[in-house]
Amino acid sequence: MQALRKHIHPGWFIIAPLLILVATLYLSPILNILWLSVTDPEPGFGNYAKLGESDALVRIIWTTVRICIITTIFSVTLGYSIAYAMVHCHQKQKNYMLTLLLLSFWISILVRTFSWLMLLGRNGLVNGALQDIGLIAEPIAFMRNELGVLIGMVHYMIPYAVLPLLVSMEALDKRVMDASRNLGATGTQTFWRIYLPLTLPGLVASTLLVFILSLGFYVTPAVLGGGKVLMVAEYISVQLLVTLKWGTAAMLAALMLFGVLAMLWIMSRFMKLSTVFGGAAR
Amino acid sequence: MLDTAPTGSLQIRDVSKLFGSFKAVDGINLEIQKGEFLTLLGPSGSGKTTLLMMIAGFLDISHGDIALDGSSITNIPAEKRNFGMVFQGYALFPHMSVRDNIGYALSVRKRPASEIRTRVDEMLELVQLQDFAERKPTQLSGGQQQRVALARALCFAPPVLLLDEPLGALDKKLRVEVQEQLKDIHKRVGTTFIYVTHDQEEALSMSDRIVIMRDGAIEQVGTPTVLYERPATKFAAGFLGKSNFVHQAGKTFALRPEKIDLRAGQGNEGARASGVIRSITYFGSMQRIIVDTSAGDEIEVDIDVWRNQEMLSEGADVDLLWNDEAAVELRET
Ligand SMILES: Nc1ncnc2c1ncn2[C@@H]1O[C@H](COP(=O)(O)OP(=O)(O)OP(=O)(O)O)[C@@H](O)[C@H]1O
Ligand SMILES: [Mg+2]
Repeated sequence: MQALRKHIHPGWFIIAPLLILVATLYLSPILNILWLSVTDPEPGFGNYAKLGESDALVRIIWTTVRICIITTIFSVTLGYSIAYAMVHCHQKQKNYMLTLLLLSFWISILVRTFSWLMLLGRNGLVNGALQDIGLIAEPIAFMRNELGVLIGMVHYMIPYAVLPLLVSMEALDKRVMDASRNLGATGTQTFWRIYLPLTLPGLVASTLLVFILSLGFYVTPAVLGGGKVLMVAEYISVQLLVTLKWGTAAMLAALMLFGVLAMLWIMSRFMKLSTVFGGAAR
Repeated sequence: MLDTAPTGSLQIRDVSKLFGSFKAVDGINLEIQKGEFLTLLGPSGSGKTTLLMMIAGFLDISHGDIALDGSSITNIPAEKRNFGMVFQGYALFPHMSVRDNIGYALSVRKRPASEIRTRVDEMLELVQLQDFAERKPTQLSGGQQQRVALARALCFAPPVLLLDEPLGALDKKLRVEVQEQLKDIHKRVGTTFIYVTHDQEEALSMSDRIVIMRDGAIEQVGTPTVLYERPATKFAAGFLGKSNFVHQAGKTFALRPEKIDLRAGQGNEGARASGVIRSITYFGSMQRIIVDTSAGDEIEVDIDVWRNQEMLSEGADVDLLWNDEAAVELRET
């Protein structure tokens, strides 16, 4: 026991139960999926080979990636402006905005998705009003297509985009911006040369968070895409529940996992990930 | 090379700053000469930073006017005033190298790269940081960061340089060293320096003139010698150096401890007051003796250690002597 203590920090004993819990409940299912993807229906890389054979699979993956990229761009841009406004307004207004932000966090994704249908659907409020005042003859197709999916996803993702940005903007030393002004920089120059570079870690964190979460979207594309927009998560569920091709489903899941890991790895080449996740920039 | 012609005079006319109904700066009038080293000295909360921020343009002026070389700058925004500023805590750009920090003001003015390079090299030499040009601010010591901030603020040859407690973050020994460098740089560049501090020694050793501030208003303005030798009020006398206050014939006089002499016994010729030694404290280079006078004042006397060893014991009777010029009559308040 003594010898053991010498080599292992006592802290490990305290977190050991948690580690074991995480390992069994989290790692083992992941390993199981990886295992399934190369053993079901028969051992080998047959599931992965399908990627080269099936146009449908490639199209689904491409749709997913495209939608996720567009969602990320819009969510992060809007999130950046929202976070900026929150940091630079009065404390009272800031508290209001934070409450609203958290409120939308707490509302179920189903509720938020269906409320878009009510607003922008064929017989929704907006189309109804526009038709009534005679601006349009036919309802505009906001929903049941890719646009609908994007609207729903961006809306859902904005709070996630705002929070990391808020943290990094609040950590900024305001005097640095004053110094830039004092040295003769215009507002635009100060933004591009000082503000943006200094909030870059927050921007990257927010981009990663939104993109990774978007990859797994299931309810929103299913409801707002009207069956026309098939993303990976929905396809996986079809494989699992309808066609019972668990191997294909596991392969797609594994692919997403590797995709995310690869992204993190590429990011880590360019910057220390610890700064993105809140560590001090050095 | 560096242009050494004195630059930028400032006229501050009846300037006030209100935060709500609170007057942080209260009717300040001040003429600052070209190339002057002017120090704003005052206790915490006396409005030094507020005044400096109004000069820099970061705070709006509630009343009054500020002019540079005679023309008003009150309505010119901070980024157009071209004043250099060394911030408390330096506010260096953490993501830029020392070179880019110093060249920033020229680079946002879209000057050619070659000009920026030469000028930054000059500045690096001025603050003796040639070997640190490619480092990031976090890789520098406090004193080096302070010099980068100074070089950055001087790089575009501003007519006026504002410094808000630039040495506040340095330890005592380094402070004295940097004070010398700062003074030297001031001489070389000829820029008007407006310097904020609450360290009286710093103010005395560096300034051409000192402005003593109290509750947002000016208590007294003058050269270090004038302020030290002829303080006008009790506040000024007590804030700059140590001072005794002697009450005689209904008037109050300020009397510096080192300007008083002691004689053993009572009834000495020329004695101004007499009393009993309460305590003696040894400081190495001198000793501080506190005397309770018969008139009821408590007077501190600083005298050389080697003098009068035998008579100086607690409880001994002594006479106090001083010259007429040593006692400065104070105005009330
Ligand atoms: N934004 C503000 N709102 C309200 N009151 C303020 C504001 N800024 C400063 N004050 C008040 O104005 C007074 C002067 O403040 P200022 O910062 O100028 O003091 P200072 O002389 O620089 O003090 P220090 O030596 O502590 O830096 C203080 O009483 C302060 O509380
Ligand atoms: Mg201050």
